[in-house]
Amino acid sequence: MARGRARGSQNGDLILRDGSRVGVIGGGPAGSFFGYFLLDMAERVGIELDVEILEPRDFSVPGAQSCNMCGGIVSESLVQALAAEGINLPPSVVERGIDSYVLHMREGSVRIETPLLEKRIAAVHRGAGPRGAQDWRWQSFDGFLLDRVLSRGAKLVRERVEDVRWHEGRPSVVGAGREPRAYDLLAVAAGVNTSILDKLGALSHSYRPPRTTKTYICEIHLGVDGVHELFGSAMHVFLLDLPRLEFAALIPKGEHVTLCLLGERIDGDLVRAFLASPEVRGCLPPGWSAPKDLCRCAPHMNVGPARRPYADRVVFVGDSGVARLYKDGIGSAYRTAKAAAVTAVFDGISGDAFGRRFARSCRAIRADNAIGRLVFAIAGRQRSQRSACRGILRMAAAEQRLSGNARRMSMVLWDVFTGSAPYREVFVRTLHPLFWGRLLWEIGSGIATREPARERPV
Amino acid sequence: MEAGGLGKTYQDGEVIIREGEPGDCMFVIQNGSVEVLRDSGGSLVRLGLLHEGDVFGEMALFEREPRSATVRAQGQARVLTVDRKGFLRRVHEDPSLAFRLLRTMSQRIRELDAEVARLKAGPTRDGAGEPSDPDSGPARG
Repeated sequence: MARGRARGSQNGDLILRDGSRVGVIGGGPAGSFFGYFLLDMAERVGIELDVEILEPRDFSVPGAQSCNMCGGIVSESLVQALAAEGINLPPSVVERGIDSYVLHMREGSVRIETPLLEKRIAAVHRGAGPRGAQDWRWQSFDGFLLDRVLSRGAKLVRERVEDVRWHEGRPSVVGAGREPRAYDLLAVAAGVNTSILDKLGALSHSYRPPRTTKTYICEIHLGVDGVHELFGSAMHVFLLDLPRLEFAALIPKGEHVTLCLLGERIDGDLVRAFLASPEVRGCLPPGWSAPKDLCRCAPHMNVGPARRPYADRVVFVGDSGVARLYKDGIGSAYRTAKAAAVTAVFDGISGDAFGRRFARSCRAIRADNAIGRLVFAIAGRQRSQRSACRGILRMAAAEQRLSGNARRMSMVLWDVFTGSAPYREVFVRTLHPLFWGRLLWEIGSGIATREPARERPV
Repeated sequence: MEAGGLGKTYQDGEVIIREGEPGDCMFVIQNGSVEVLRDSGGSLVRLGLLHEGDVFGEMALFEREPRSATVRAQGQARVLTVDRKGFLRRVHEDPSLAFRLLRTMSQRIRELDAEVARLKAGPTRDGAGEPSDPDSGPARG
């Protein structure tokens, strides 16, 4: 391979050269995507880098040891982007391809199919399955991505990072039982569920960790046949009028269904109220109750961006930096990690360089999240208005006979629930006069006929 | 069919895209093989055979022309659709996303150049001027 140095930098020493050492804290999607694209870009311009992924977890072991506490949905847009990148997700990783969803509200339910009738959403487990899983037949999604970056030449260091500090102008990582190691560039992809994020933040005086909220995730074991019979390839989403609950989903996978609750301050009372609602009980086997050994967690989720997630020789990617509001966390990891890798190779590793290209991607996500908050606020108001809910359900149900762009409500709901399109695009589509004309018509018709919108069973 | 298979499954001989029809997406083969065919005087000529990981129909992402070839499954094949609108939106944000596609198209132009050179050279006694094996030739769709 030709040897050289990064092009286009105006920052003298702050560029990547042959033999530059790059450390990546965290071997989840953000860390693996960063390492993968960094090595990919470096190869294109003829630089040989020494990349180390610092990850103590073993993604082949079920339970908490390999779990990354996530709903485990790879969005439609990310599945397509990865395919275009040459990263195809195999059935050994994807436990279930999703091609439709069922929307549940107090007023009824409606099943919405994708226009192409194609499975383009991947339901995965980030680790090697829930606690107690035996004879697990699927590969961890995080393990799959980590294997990809290792096959490109990165090295895996199974080490828990205990501290970081500066050493002779370079970030240095202190791990258990090893000498501190200094890097020319350090990418922090540690997520928000780590006790060392504050220490990592000390790498940059202007960095402030992201604002987070607590979510709830649990794994409901129904067996392969049970999942297939009750859910098929449809994700179930819930817009219920429960305080503090923005969104909930039941995501069918291989042997399990993952329950995911998103909102503000999710606590035990809210979880119990949700599980007791008739809409949820109707989706689960009759008489189902949560077993005592249910695999569950209450991880934190990024709901507000980190301030200035970069500095000279340091960049924060994935949840440690900026993520999309409530949706597509893995897609955010892909976008920010790739933007950071492109910046490092083509523009350099100074704070100024990251402030130009990498920060542009972060700003785009932040700006879209602002519109996302508006979308969720509107959805929250509609949830408490029965006639509006009925109108939404009636409109979505009627659209299933139509195709493509004519399915205005269905596509808006699909993109909001799956994170497949930017919130801005979704919002703009809701401004179309035909969208409002049809919705008002359906609301009016529902009131006039007092016809229930309920469509169960779906 | 596996529950975890992404994309859409096509049965042996089923047409995925048809020559002359409008197109607004490209395809990535997730599993199996497809053959690329072109109409020539009323009969279908096989231009090539594509396998897992290969893409086809990519020209529709960049130009609004009808499909240049018919593509159909050879055996059971699972194929993922990549929408033009979503792909181009991503490319505007991250132009490097198109790199792999450009490299694929570049390889196909190289193969087409070699094919044209062989055809222009005409048949020789050792068969060097015969059309190449369609199983290894360039393919587009």
